[in-house]
Amino acid sequence: MGTLTEEIFSRRLGRPVHAGEIVVAPVDYAMAHDVTGPLAIEAFRKLDVPLWDAERVIMVFDHILPANTVAAAGLHKIVRDFADDFGVTHVFQEGICHQLMVEKGFIRPGGIVVGADSHSTTYGALGCFSAGFGSTDIAVTFATGRTWFRVPESIRINLRGALPPGIFPKDLALKVIRMLGAEGANYLAVEWGGEAVAAMSVDERLTLANLTVDFGGKAGLCEPDEQTRLYLGDAEVVDLHPVRPAYRQVLEVDAETLEPQIACPPAIDNVQDLSAVEGMPLDEVFVGSCANGRIEDLAIVAGYFRGRQVHPRTRTIVVPASKKVYMEALARGYIQTFMEAGALVMNAGCGPCLGRQHGVLGPGERALSTSNRNYSGRMGSPKADIYLANPAVAAASALAGAIADPRGLN
Amino acid sequence: MARIFKFGDAISTDAIIPGRYNVTTDPTALGKACFIEARPDFVTSVEPGDVIVGGRNFGCGSSREHAPMAIKAAGIQAVIAQSFARIFYRNAINIGLPVIQCDAVYDAVADGDAINVDIQSGDIEANGKMFRGETPGPVAMAIMDAGTLIDLIKTRGWAAIEEVS
Repeated sequence: MGTLTEEIFSRRLGRPVHAGEIVVAPVDYAMAHDVTGPLAIEAFRKLDVPLWDAERVIMVFDHILPANTVAAAGLHKIVRDFADDFGVTHVFQEGICHQLMVEKGFIRPGGIVVGADSHSTTYGALGCFSAGFGSTDIAVTFATGRTWFRVPESIRINLRGALPPGIFPKDLALKVIRMLGAEGANYLAVEWGGEAVAAMSVDERLTLANLTVDFGGKAGLCEPDEQTRLYLGDAEVVDLHPVRPAYRQVLEVDAETLEPQIACPPAIDNVQDLSAVEGMPLDEVFVGSCANGRIEDLAIVAGYFRGRQVHPRTRTIVVPASKKVYMEALARGYIQTFMEAGALVMNAGCGPCLGRQHGVLGPGERALSTSNRNYSGRMGSPKADIYLANPAVAAASALAGAIADPRGLN
Repeated sequence: MARIFKFGDAISTDAIIPGRYNVTTDPTALGKACFIEARPDFVTSVEPGDVIVGGRNFGCGSSREHAPMAIKAAGIQAVIAQSFARIFYRNAINIGLPVIQCDAVYDAVADGDAINVDIQSGDIEANGKMFRGETPGPVAMAIMDAGTLIDLIKTRGWAAIEEVS
């Protein structure tokens, strides 16, 4: 009984669990990466206990890959030594942690997964309760296989109607952030539903769940359905639905009338219709990230780039979310299309999103990105401006050298 | 009396410790880089025991625990804000950085004002006025009593949290 969140916790604990309760619950997996992992490992070593389960600890090199400074290499060494010392075998350097958690089959509907990264909300797209934590919380999970939760109340968001051409889940997420504000879901879970979500692929739902934390959400969930079953290649996906749920808030959003949405600097909730910022010259366009670096996103961009050139004043950087995405893009000819168009294609990982590698912004520069963060200083200089948009807007803007509407292009 | 460093709304963990400066686990190095780009005068003028007063959604964004570590290592006694982003709040409590949610202080103080904070009671005195911070939840209280989450789990295990849940 209850919201998706209450259903998941009730099943996990074998008793009815209601929002507001504080519970200590076992988790399926605990993930950390090359920046949060070292702190988690140091905290874990202070506990001086055996690792809970070497098969359920996931370590990913993605934020600084390959290491670009001695300091970064030192962080990586801490993670590699830990993996050696404790027999951790799920150690990956082939893409963004969140994409790999999903691709590698660690995410199951009805599961509970914790990650030392805020965008761990992403796995909710498959009907898993997943949330981001700091390194110390993850260290305690490394030791015990459990963590504590205050079971959150939920906001239900019903996305009505079908997405028009040129409009994508990113626009829906940014529209919701525009309506609710950057802390609109702080301490709350978000359920994404309605006709538009039912019609979405899992890749598209991953974008919605990913951006949930960017308006404060603790988790962002979609009900598992036939799409989920097809994606997981498994008929035995648990039946999981909200049962007479009591929501904190229900928000209805009309997909059919939506314009492309742009998050303008310096805040994720400073969202405007594309027309308000159209024509602004750009120094950099970034296509990638855990928000929009999947094969469907690259397909959109390749569609616009085919036979065209990116604008010479705009450095255009494409970063596939994972090796699997990269190789699929190779097989489909997208990588060739990107390179022929004049874009730089980098190895799979977080790319320039966090301002540490692969396209750092200088003072006075302006970038448009398909990622999820536009805080001052996020991608480099605090005097640089970051605009966030869907992959089609990114593609059209790279071609124009300025923020552009994709809907006039084929 | 401690000095107030006043910040606005939506202070992100990217502002507290940018991604180019958290490539370390050393608290001292993190402390030296606290607000290094967003407010360069912070590290050069902060004194042990000073207090940060922030607006809404303090600590939003990345889950990097380097952010509360940097603030703590810079010598800050406590962060008072109108609201905190969930992960930052939990991280701060976990590592023993006092965080106090209080709505009214923000509009009553300016940058550089003097302030007295009683961490235990949440009583705040600034500009001749008294304020009371919101009472933390039971788990946060248990962690604060132990010092850090690691201290609590090491000494008492999950029972310490199960008994207050």
